[in-house]
Amino acid sequence: MSVENSILIQGGRVIDPARSVDGRFDVRIVDGKVAEVAPDLQPRDGEKVVDAAGCWVTPGWIDLHVHFREPGQEHKETIATGSASAAAGGFTTVLAMANTNPVNDNPATTQFMIDRAGEAGLCRVLPVGAATRGLRGEELAEIGEMVRAGAAMISDDGMPVMNAALQRKVFEYCAALKVPVAIHAEDLHLSGGGCCNEGHYSTQAGLRGVPNASEDVMVTRDIVLSRMTGAHLHVAHLSTIGAIEAVRAAKAQGLRVTAEASPHHLMLTDKEILRYDTNFKMNPPLRSEADREALITALADGTIDVVATDHAPHAQSEKEVEFDRAPNGVVGLESALPLLLELVHTGRVELHRAVESVTSRPAEILGRDDIGRLAPGALGDVTIIEPDTQWTFDRMALRSKSKNSPFHGRQMTGRVRATILEGKLVYAV
Amino acid sequence: MTSLGKHLLGLRDLSREQIELVLDNARAMAQVNERRIKKVPTLRGLTIINLFLENSTRTRTSFEIAAKRLSADAVNISSSGSSVAKGETLLDTARNLEAMAVDCIVIRDSHSGSPHQLAQHLDIPIVNAGDGTNEHPTQSLLDLYTIREKRGSLEGLKIAIVGDILHSRVARSNMFALRNFGADVRLSGPATLMPPDLSIFGARYFPDMDEAIADADVIMMLRVQFERGANIPSVREYSSMYGLSSTRLARAARPDVLIMHPGPINRGVELNPDVADGPYSLVLDQVTSGVAVRMAILHLLLGGGSPE
Repeated sequence: MSVENSILIQGGRVIDPARSVDGRFDVRIVDGKVAEVAPDLQPRDGEKVVDAAGCWVTPGWIDLHVHFREPGQEHKETIATGSASAAAGGFTTVLAMANTNPVNDNPATTQFMIDRAGEAGLCRVLPVGAATRGLRGEELAEIGEMVRAGAAMISDDGMPVMNAALQRKVFEYCAALKVPVAIHAEDLHLSGGGCCNEGHYSTQAGLRGVPNASEDVMVTRDIVLSRMTGAHLHVAHLSTIGAIEAVRAAKAQGLRVTAEASPHHLMLTDKEILRYDTNFKMNPPLRSEADREALITALADGTIDVVATDHAPHAQSEKEVEFDRAPNGVVGLESALPLLLELVHTGRVELHRAVESVTSRPAEILGRDDIGRLAPGALGDVTIIEPDTQWTFDRMALRSKSKNSPFHGRQMTGRVRATILEGKLVYAV
Repeated sequence: MTSLGKHLLGLRDLSREQIELVLDNARAMAQVNERRIKKVPTLRGLTIINLFLENSTRTRTSFEIAAKRLSADAVNISSSGSSVAKGETLLDTARNLEAMAVDCIVIRDSHSGSPHQLAQHLDIPIVNAGDGTNEHPTQSLLDLYTIREKRGSLEGLKIAIVGDILHSRVARSNMFALRNFGADVRLSGPATLMPPDLSIFGARYFPDMDEAIADADVIMMLRVQFERGANIPSVREYSSMYGLSSTRLARAARPDVLIMHPGPINRGVELNPDVADGPYSLVLDQVTSGVAVRMAILHLLLGGGSPE
C-alpha cells in the first residue's frame, strides 16, 4: 500500500443502502478498493484528498442499459465517448447492449468491447450478449462463450424474440448459466409500425400508435416462460400499467423477475409528441400520464427495481427527419442523476430507495457484491453529488457524441461533483 | 383583428373566427374566378413553392392555379424529380429552397407532422397540403366553404362521415374544424378503421351506416385507402356495408342530403356512380371551391392588398 494509490473523500454524507449506512463519514480508497469508511479520517502525507463537504457520497452508480454503438456506428457514439458521458453522469458501471454492427453475438465482439472500455478507462463497461444470432430471433447465439468472455447479461434489446419456443430455449440456457435475460417487451404485430403511444395524443397528432397491449402481452408471456424455466427475467424499460401489474404479481409469487424504468418514462408523457420533435421518439414510446404515475409509484415501492437510462445516441442528421421515419431513442446518461433527484426532492421516491435503484439493486441483479456498495474490500467506485445545485440542462454541452436529449432547457436540481472509478478520479466539475 | 397566423399547418388549433376569415375571403376570391380575366395582382413578385412529395393531381393543380391567379410565381416540385429521391432530407431540401428567397412553401408529404417540422426550422410561411394521416386543412376549408354556400351556415349541422376515419386526414381536419360550429358529427365505417380516441372530436360512432346518415344534412364519403393494409375482409363486403348507393340514400337519408367526397373516388366501392353524378353530389363544387379557398389562404398568409 502506497499513498500514491490512496484517495480520501472527506466531509460528505455517505449514503450506502446496501449496508444501511447514512451519515457523516469519510471514505478511503486504496489500490482501487474501499479501505475504510469511518468518521474523521486524517489525510496521510501525499494522499489525494477530495472535499465532499455538503455533498452526498454514494457507491458508484450502475446503469443496466446503454447503447454505446461500437463496433459499427461510431458516428453516434464510441465506447470512449460513451464512457466519458457515463463518468460525467455519475455512472461507474454500465451494461452495453448487443445491437452493434457486427452484433455482439460472439465472444470475439464481447472481448473487443471489454478491451475498448479498458483503453478508455473511464467506466466499467460490461457487454450484454445477444440472445439470438444477429438479433434475428431465429437461433440461439453463443451465449455460453460470451458469458465466459465477460458478458454480464443476455438480451436482444431493441428486438423482441417473437418466437415463444425460441425464447423458452434462451431462458433454459441462461437459467443454467445463472445469467439474467433482459427483454425488450414488444409484440411487433400489435405495435404494427407505430411510432408513439396509441391513445389520445396519437389521435391528436395523426400518428400511428403502439398500444399498451403490445408490451403487456410480451411481459406476461415471458413471466410464464420464466416460471417454467426458472430463468432470471429482467424486464427492460417498463412503460405500462399492465406490465407493472404483471411484474408486481410475479414478484408476489416469488418468481425471479426484476424490472427497470428509464428516466424519460418517469418524467415525460406522450403529450410531448404534438410538436413532432423526434427527440421525444423512443421505443417503448412515452406513455400516458396514468402510466407515468404508475411507474413512479412502482419505483417508489420497489416493484421497479432499478432506474436505467436506455442511453441511445443518434446523430442529429438521423434524428432531423420526419417523425415516423426517425430512429428510436434518446441519450440519458448525463441527465439521469438530476432527474432521479427531482423525484426525491419532490417527495415521490424516498432517498434511500432512489440510491438503491442505481447502486445495490442493479448489483444484486448482476449477482455482484463488489460493486454498488461501499463495503471495505469492494471496488472503489464512488459518485459524489451536489444535491441542491441548480443548473439548466444544455444538450449541446453533453460529453456524449450525440445530443438527442428530450430534456434540453430543463431546470435541474442536483448534479455530479465527481466520479471515482476504482480510486481514480474520472470526472470532476 | 383576426389573423390566420404565420402558417397553415392544420385546423386542430384554428379558432372559429380564423376559419370564418378564410371562408369570407374565399367568397371574394370566388368572384374573381367567375370573371373572364381571372387574375389579380395581389401577390405579384412573390414565389410560392409547391413541394409535393406524394402523388396529387387535384390539390397540386388547385394550388398552382390559385397562386397564378394571384400573380405569384408558382414552382412545382415532385418527389421523383427532387433531391429527396437522392436521399437528401426533407429539411435540407426546404432549407435550400428558402435560401433561394422563396416566399412560401406548400407541402404535401406522406409523413404526419412534416409541415410542423418545417415551420419550426424555417422562417417563411408553410402551408400544409396534406401530411400523412394527420391533416388536410385546405381540403377541409373548401368542404366547409362548399357546405356554407349551399346551406347558408355551418351552425349545428348533422354531418355523417363514412369510411376510413383512422387514416383520413380529410376527415380529421373536418372533425377538428366542426368542433367550432356545434356540429353533430356521426362516424360510420369498419371498427378497424376508427381512431383510438373519438372524444377529441366530440364525434359518435355508428357501426350501422344507415343510423349514421339518418337525418344528416351532409354525408362525407371517404376514399377506401387500399394501401393501408388489411383492415377490411374484402372490398365486396366493404361496399355492401359502407358503400353509398341510391338505394341506401332512398332508404335511410333525407331527400335533400348533400353528398361530398374529397376524391379521388373509387367508383362502385364507396360511392356508386349514380350517387357520385347525382343531383345532390357536390363533388365538382368542392373542386371549384378549392381554388378560391386556396387563393384566400395564400392571400391571408402572404399579405398583399385587397383582391380588387
